[in-house]
Amino acid sequence: MALETTVAVIAGGLSFEREISLRSGRRVADALRDRGYGVTELDADEQLVESLRTGGADAVFLALHGRFGEDGTVAALLELLGLPYTGSTFDASRLAFDKLAAKSVLGRAGLAVPTAIPVAEGALRELGMGTLLDRAMDELGLPLVVKPNRGGSALGIRLVERPDQLAAALMTAFGYDDTVLLERHVAGTELALAVVDGLARLPAVEIRPKEGWYDFAARYTHGAVDFRAPAEVAPSIAEHCFEAATSAHLVLGCRDLSRVDAILDADGTCWILEVNTGPGLTSTSLVPIAADAAGISFEDLAVHLTNRAIARRPR
Amino acid sequence: MLPPMRADDPFLDRYAHGTRAMTASEIRALFAVASRPEVVSLAGGMPFTAALPFDVIGEVAAEVLDKEGPSALQYGGGQGDPRLRDVLVELMSMEGIHASGEDVVVTIGSQQALDLLARMFCDPGDVIVAEGPSYVGALSAFSQYQVEVRHAPLDDDGLDPDALAQELSRLDREGKRVKLLYTVPNFHNPAGVTMNAERRGRVLELARQHNVLVVEDNPYGRLGFESDPPPALRSQDADNVVYLGSLSKIFCPGLRIGWALVPPALRERMVIVKEAADLSSSNFAQAMAFRYFAEYPWRETLKELRVIYRERRDAMLEALDEEFPAGVRWTRPRGGFYVWADLGPQLDTRAMLAKAIAARVAYVPGGAFYADGQGASFLRLSYCFPSPERIREGVRRLAGVIAEEFDLVRALGGVPTPDEDVDKTPPAGWGGV
Repeated sequence: MALETTVAVIAGGLSFEREISLRSGRRVADALRDRGYGVTELDADEQLVESLRTGGADAVFLALHGRFGEDGTVAALLELLGLPYTGSTFDASRLAFDKLAAKSVLGRAGLAVPTAIPVAEGALRELGMGTLLDRAMDELGLPLVVKPNRGGSALGIRLVERPDQLAAALMTAFGYDDTVLLERHVAGTELALAVVDGLARLPAVEIRPKEGWYDFAARYTHGAVDFRAPAEVAPSIAEHCFEAATSAHLVLGCRDLSRVDAILDADGTCWILEVNTGPGLTSTSLVPIAADAAGISFEDLAVHLTNRAIARRPR
Repeated sequence: MLPPMRADDPFLDRYAHGTRAMTASEIRALFAVASRPEVVSLAGGMPFTAALPFDVIGEVAAEVLDKEGPSALQYGGGQGDPRLRDVLVELMSMEGIHASGEDVVVTIGSQQALDLLARMFCDPGDVIVAEGPSYVGALSAFSQYQVEVRHAPLDDDGLDPDALAQELSRLDREGKRVKLLYTVPNFHNPAGVTMNAERRGRVLELARQHNVLVVEDNPYGRLGFESDPPPALRSQDADNVVYLGSLSKIFCPGLRIGWALVPPALRERMVIVKEAADLSSSNFAQAMAFRYFAEYPWRETLKELRVIYRERRDAMLEALDEEFPAGVRWTRPRGGFYVWADLGPQLDTRAMLAKAIAARVAYVPGGAFYADGQGASFLRLSYCFPSPERIREGVRRLAGVIAEEFDLVRALGGVPTPDEDVDKTPPAGWGGV
């Protein structure tokens, strides 16, 4: 069966994570070819719809990250085309991509999420919110984390340790979204939890940057980070974290694959930072590391996700 | 079976020191988007090769194969085709340089000459003094040899000799070994300015006093729109200046032909270093360049290129005058490819780049042109490649982004410290432009 199945791998696009996405896409395409699938690699550009319409693919593997990809845009388009695809639907992707919206849904479901204060660029420029930033810092305490509400790969994220760093951090974060959140900084063990529908629990991956923190450069530079997979935490705690991650995946309505980023604090609370519906699949990415630690090859993971999409093919 | 996947790079501990700074960076991720056609790129300094006379170049290529095919497709000598070297001497004579083809070493673009010179002269920790700002590709080439680059500022008349004198004295006091003074005197990349004649004399004198060899990099000298620049530094000091030339801006960058005119004492060593690097430059490319400059009306093509670039420069300056908000200053180049703008101390052009690319316009943040973290408020705009309409559109988009940033700074009551988290390294990997 595998021999006559063709898969369109979509990667690239105009998101700032274009380069990362192209790396993910190339790796997926290689893996699927290796397993005998026919593969076409497509960029998310003006020709996309036409290529999909005429390409005759049985399913689409979405390897997009960031805007116009991970935010559900392409999922919506594929629904209209009637093509089955890997990963979450438009609704779930869009919800998860909006960190503030996802936070309130997760919080209402009883999951631990760090408090955040939204700052809209318009509120600063037109409503004089700038004078309230001191109050926000008082409320959240320092250090705090400044991040674009929508966006990934830690692009535009800054740690603010002193009050005089806040303005520059906001300027940077507004480069990626017109709404930025100031988030309480949670100290603890940084974990990535891969939730894959239809697979047994994958081990948590612990992230230990060799210097500084897990920023963009650390994420995509070989050797800049020590990964521990499985994470060096007690089995019962790991179990608890995985349950929290699975709940987050389900509560947001995600499908097939999510990577839940979390911090485990000293009291054993697993704080959910965000849920990624289009997680990186490069050679330094966390989901492949988790799978590898469970003895699942990248090829097997790619095939598993692809087959889930194919099973949804309209008959 | 494939080997098991690893999170770590297995070679990590084995890389040479000079390449360890090459990491992933946010800036490079942004430039991956900037190359999409939807984005007006005022970033790259690519020559407008579509204006080259393809029919003539096709004829030249055919002639090379017809008349000297076997030797053109053979390895060449390390110093380069002697016929081409004589032609290059003739080109340099138009800049007041009297030289012999014997002292010319043909290189793969002048970029290779920068690499060879750093390799010949610099041990780790040695110092190269360069203008601030300076060509990013030179900084990349030097950084591989773990050279410390110190900047001496420039202004509208080029490198400031007083500041240079101070820097050289400071380095003497620090006991540093200063090996080279790197300068782009004409239509500077990125600043667009030209060193005036009086300063040229003083810079040469200072270099002599401090026993520092001058590297005069002149890729843009033939691209003056109103007049030619003053005579080359090399024309006044044959023994203490290495002159670097390039055919990339007046002929084909894809043929990768540059050259170094060196003091005779250096010549042999440079040829040996060049041969160790690559045996020889492409014989075919050299034969094409020789025939083109010896037998074809290249001056006509150059004239046309100047008209095209001048029109684009005008479009950019007009658009900047009309669109850019008050508080921004920029240079007014009289040749070359670049405008250098200063947005003032409150704005960080690296932090602003994501917003600009979201607005579908790209530039190069000023920090790329310094080796020491300066330049945060500057940006480089190139007018060489996009059409005048695209330039106007790009400037319009960028002006909107800058105006918004100014608003935001006001709303925040000022931005007290520069963002310390931004990476300070020039974006390796796109050095040439």
